[in-house]
Amino acid sequence: MRLKEFWHRLGSPRWFYQMSGPWQLGFTVAAGVLLLVGIIWGVAFAPPDYQQGNSFRIMYVHVPTAILAQSVYMVLGAAGVLLLVWRMKLADMVLQTMVPFGLAMTALALFTGAVWGRPTWGTWWVFDGRTTSTLVMLFLYFGLYALRQAIPRPEAAGRACALLAIVGTINIPIIKYSVEWWTTLHQGATFKLTEAPAMPIEMWAPLLVNVIGIYCLFGANLIANLRNEILRREQATKWVRELVARPLT
Amino acid sequence: MFRVQFHREWLSMMRSRDEVLNPLVFLFLAVTLFAMGFGGDAKVLGEFSPGIVWVLVLLANLLSLEAMFRRDFEDGSLEQMVLLADPQFLPVLAKITAQWCVTGFAMTLLAPVVALMLNMPVSALPTLMVCLLLGTPALSLVGAVGAALTVGLRRGGVLLALLVLPLYLPVLIFGVSAVVDVMAGIDTVAQIYWLAAISMLAVTAAPFAVVAAIRISVEQT
Amino acid sequence: MFWCDALSEPLLTASGLACTRDRLSLFQDLNLTLHPGQCIEVHGPNGSGTSTLLRALAGLFPDFDGEVQASPALYLGHKPAINALLTPVENLRWYCRMGGSDADVAAALARVGLDHRLTSPCAELSQGQQRRVSLARLLVCERPLWLLDEPLTALDIDGHRVVHDIVVEHCASGGAVLCATHQSLGWQDATILRLG
Repeated sequence: MRLKEFWHRLGSPRWFYQMSGPWQLGFTVAAGVLLLVGIIWGVAFAPPDYQQGNSFRIMYVHVPTAILAQSVYMVLGAAGVLLLVWRMKLADMVLQTMVPFGLAMTALALFTGAVWGRPTWGTWWVFDGRTTSTLVMLFLYFGLYALRQAIPRPEAAGRACALLAIVGTINIPIIKYSVEWWTTLHQGATFKLTEAPAMPIEMWAPLLVNVIGIYCLFGANLIANLRNEILRREQATKWVRELVARPLT
Repeated sequence: MFRVQFHREWLSMMRSRDEVLNPLVFLFLAVTLFAMGFGGDAKVLGEFSPGIVWVLVLLANLLSLEAMFRRDFEDGSLEQMVLLADPQFLPVLAKITAQWCVTGFAMTLLAPVVALMLNMPVSALPTLMVCLLLGTPALSLVGAVGAALTVGLRRGGVLLALLVLPLYLPVLIFGVSAVVDVMAGIDTVAQIYWLAAISMLAVTAAPFAVVAAIRISVEQT
Repeated sequence: MFWCDALSEPLLTASGLACTRDRLSLFQDLNLTLHPGQCIEVHGPNGSGTSTLLRALAGLFPDFDGEVQASPALYLGHKPAINALLTPVENLRWYCRMGGSDADVAAALARVGLDHRLTSPCAELSQGQQRRVSLARLLVCERPLWLLDEPLTALDIDGHRVVHDIVVEHCASGGAVLCATHQSLGWQDATILRLG
């Protein structure tokens, strides 16, 4: 039993590295194809919106990034549980490498939202439910990033970030709900995008392609980052040295 | 165990009264600044007073959080508490309660003075106090997680604000909206229930998160 | 005392301990067994991992490999673990109650050469006196295993003798001591473990 646990802890980054090569390739190709198809389809071929004209097309970037920004935080929370409860090394690497990615996605979602908001709402920024909770998400990501920077010893930094990610994940629904409650009560639902007329299939199909594509991009990014981090952290081990010493074929 | 730790906290606080008083003085100072910032216009101040009071309560609470575990961490008592106490969440809860007594609870008692300085209508004061009483425990509890995580860091202050303030948002929202509504003559039971619910959730979950955070902090060195 | 009946059981067993910090191996494949009545002195130059070893055994440092089984331990670290705003008696009472014992605080203070009538906060005591208060908490907590990290720091000759005496007494009554120190405690029965 002890031996098994030992192997589980020590062996799994190596195992992950060895089995994840094809997956990385698969996700990268899928992300490239889907995003290319989705963007071209959405920007060039989808019909213009009868109210917003062509400006709505930024939705094909805005919505996928916004969805992904939330998903990545959930992934971080899950990784936090894995790290604190089972001391999984890979979970620590996920926590370390995916924070900048999530931060970038959130920032991109906010930026595209602002650009979209200018022609649609007539203003760059409105504190409505979604924008505010996305902005808070940006702060949560930045907190994770800053906390890791502040703690010198990597193992301790990993555990601290894991706990913060869990606390954040528990709080996100409460924050989201309270912010939405506040805005619906005080500003009315005039800016609510969900209550826009239902989109025709020609409009949402490319969006769906893009959403799937950006998840593939996340997968590819995650695996690439993990493989990189595994090599960096395990550089003293025999298998990495042998791997690096082997001539490329 | 709770009583023992609470007694110890109380003694230390009574012997470092300046630390206890500073956040409360800050509250009044900041209120004065706000009044000056608004040009002393009583009508405008009264209109914005719920938001001002709550934001300042949040910030004053944040100021006192930094000192919450600092001394115990630096002299090594915190690691002894982790090693000796069983169950660990009881002394932690006692520490948080003690901190709440001199911040959240004290500010609830001082709130009428602050609110009147900002020209809040007297009819809104009971609601404000109830909301503060129910909302500030959540602030101390959630804040304690951040304080415990950053206690080992040399420049933890700004980081603590960055970690904790986003999590304070729900309390701020419900707290402010309750007072705004009562000033507009609308029923505020919903917000009060929400504040109570958030504090209840915090009191059940936060002490365990604080214990984990303390462990992580004492394991840093 | 209460742990005397389990004389044959080791109070501490550690096997295959290994610790790496900043890619530097501090110790590798370290095995330790501590039976009741035994005292081990850990010697090693600065940075050789003696403090890390003690923190790991106390449960304050999780990033090591290997297995540790320890009975309830008391850890005396570099930090005094004494609240500077409270008096020695108030500090020790807290330790009594946290550790779940009802030992005589005044007697413990007298044992380490301090007057229990001291009513000033610990901040006003000298370094050496504060160290003595830290030693007194070993006496009030009643744990079988002591993990002492540099207990002699800041103590005078009389203080050294106090440490020696309480360690010998603790071992005689069935306890065990693991002590990291640069300066030997001066007890012939202590075994010495060298790191680095």
